[in-house]
Amino acid sequence: MAHPVEQMDMTDPMVPTLARILRKRVEIPGVVTFELEAPGWQGFAPGQFNMLSLFGVGEIAISVSGYDAEPDRIVHTIRDVGATSHGLSLLEEGDTMGLRGPYGVPWPVADAAGRDVVVVAGGLGLAPVRPILYHLLANRGDYGKVTLLYGARRPEEILFTEELGQWRAQLDMDIEVTVDHASPGWHGHVGVVTTLFRGADFSPDTTTAFVCGPEIMMRFAANALTDAGVAADDIYLSMERNMQCGIGLCGHCQLGPYFVCKDGPVFTWGQMRRVMTVKEL
Amino acid sequence: MTATATKDVTPVVLSHAGLDALIAALAVDRQVIGPVRRDGAVVYEPVSSVADLPRGWVDDQAGGTYRMRREGDRLFGYTVGPSSWKRFLHPPKQVLWRAGDGAITPEPIAKERFAFLGVRGCELAAIAVQDKVFLDGPYRDPHYAARRAAAFIVAVNCTRAGGTCFCVSMETGPKAAPGYDIALTEIGGELLAEAGSDAGGMILSAVPTRPATQADLDAAAAGIAGAEAQMGRAINTEGLADLLTDNPDHPRWDVVADRCLNCANCTMVCPTCFCTTVDEVSALDSDATTRESRWASCFTTEFSYVHGGAVRPGAKSRYRQWMTHKLGSWWDQFDMSGCTGCGRCVTWCPVGIDITEEAAAIRSDLEAEGG
Repeated sequence: MAHPVEQMDMTDPMVPTLARILRKRVEIPGVVTFELEAPGWQGFAPGQFNMLSLFGVGEIAISVSGYDAEPDRIVHTIRDVGATSHGLSLLEEGDTMGLRGPYGVPWPVADAAGRDVVVVAGGLGLAPVRPILYHLLANRGDYGKVTLLYGARRPEEILFTEELGQWRAQLDMDIEVTVDHASPGWHGHVGVVTTLFRGADFSPDTTTAFVCGPEIMMRFAANALTDAGVAADDIYLSMERNMQCGIGLCGHCQLGPYFVCKDGPVFTWGQMRRVMTVKEL
Repeated sequence: MTATATKDVTPVVLSHAGLDALIAALAVDRQVIGPVRRDGAVVYEPVSSVADLPRGWVDDQAGGTYRMRREGDRLFGYTVGPSSWKRFLHPPKQVLWRAGDGAITPEPIAKERFAFLGVRGCELAAIAVQDKVFLDGPYRDPHYAARRAAAFIVAVNCTRAGGTCFCVSMETGPKAAPGYDIALTEIGGELLAEAGSDAGGMILSAVPTRPATQADLDAAAAGIAGAEAQMGRAINTEGLADLLTDNPDHPRWDVVADRCLNCANCTMVCPTCFCTTVDEVSALDSDATTRESRWASCFTTEFSYVHGGAVRPGAKSRYRQWMTHKLGSWWDQFDMSGCTGCGRCVTWCPVGIDITEEAAAIRSDLEAEGG
């Protein structure tokens, strides 16, 4: 018999709106940040993502890298790695792209109030955690010790250097940056991001950690955090998989029992520990 | 709509002429899709009368084998072929929207009104699975929703089991569970008809029938029992979800990988496989572009591609994903099995990989280890 579909909302969630580029900024070669405006945008929560379309090319999932208390600007930081991201990177101010979202489970930033917060980012993984940092800095009194541990491949690939400098100058957050390969003139840490845990100051029992970066880096960071005494369910990771729809219908992003798009992209290490350690799951 | 609300729930019997009248009545405001013999297989296509049905044909099916041959005089003696109803409710290609001249135009929501004739128990269960996937949210496929809301389902209870069927073990057949508008069971040269909805009851009362006798009911039950007794394959589902999930490194996955061609046939014929890929189709003569979704398969490289490469680069991880999803993680995601026991993946696998055999092999190895 016919499925008793209740009063149906017949708008198709796969249809984007037209977003206009207000501002474009080249962060480092191959990485741009767009500020967009889109009709009907209701804001987002840190950790959520949008599906961005380049007409004639395709659509990709990109996390929002802006501040959730500024609901009029939609900020995305995009690395030029594929056909769609390359084409999007070439767009200029005034151009349009398709946008639908926001989607996904956010970082539970508000739930971390009263606790120490450790943010661990690798490479472009700084973009999806930037909304956390904006929130923490704007509500600094609500949190305990705040630490950002950030690893980049080379000094030239460090993102958001201006903001990192400003945040450092505020002296209310411990920011440590390391690079895999130093170049002349680099006087900072050298090594993978987990080497920064040795000097980090946080109380493991009351720490919430937010981790974003390449999968292997997140695994090692989560292990370092659990070794330091942080509970697996207080460690949050943001996962990446192929996404064609972003809304749980296309099936591509499955990771074990989860759809990364709707059950994530933010998961606890408790949820991810098993599935991330099975090869090619 | 439930059977108890139906005015006339008394089973009736249709002659072939009565079935013709039923098809005609359905065709008034619907496109009637039913079984048709074409290219050596039974496929689902528009039908206009009993003459279109594969009367007197049955199929022989085994791992990697499907052959039709003449036997008896039944309309529905065949079991399931390579087609499934998802081709109509969730078509292989769906336009989502078009863009051009600075505007985005959504594709109008699907308006097709289908009547499906010959939906088997396993297939009705498969439709229920896709209902859960596409309609249960948080987001919904409106094209599927519209087609589904307009669909009329004439189920057929199986009186013959195919060579690769295992619906009994998956608890989906050979008798169709509720969810149909009308269920038919072939008895001799006639069909026992039972209404499952008000719409089904109404239409049955409008076509020529005779009341069913106890002998008719007994004949239908015996036919269904015969199919059940004939079934040669089964999956022991007890604890299977955990068994597969907990053993991603079982050596059996390597054995199956040595045989699997990554051809994706199993996912294309599977009535519950729902995955899609989104394509951008650009016009050559303008800046117009069309966004389409099409059936995708987890057996392809592109399926799991993220920048840098595919998460699942070969047959081992892909077959493991597919089978563990069907029999395991589907429960986590949708609280039901993703396999309904139709046997299509076994029949249409070019090398005859058999999901029932693979599940049993992993279970027996582990049980042997456990002593």
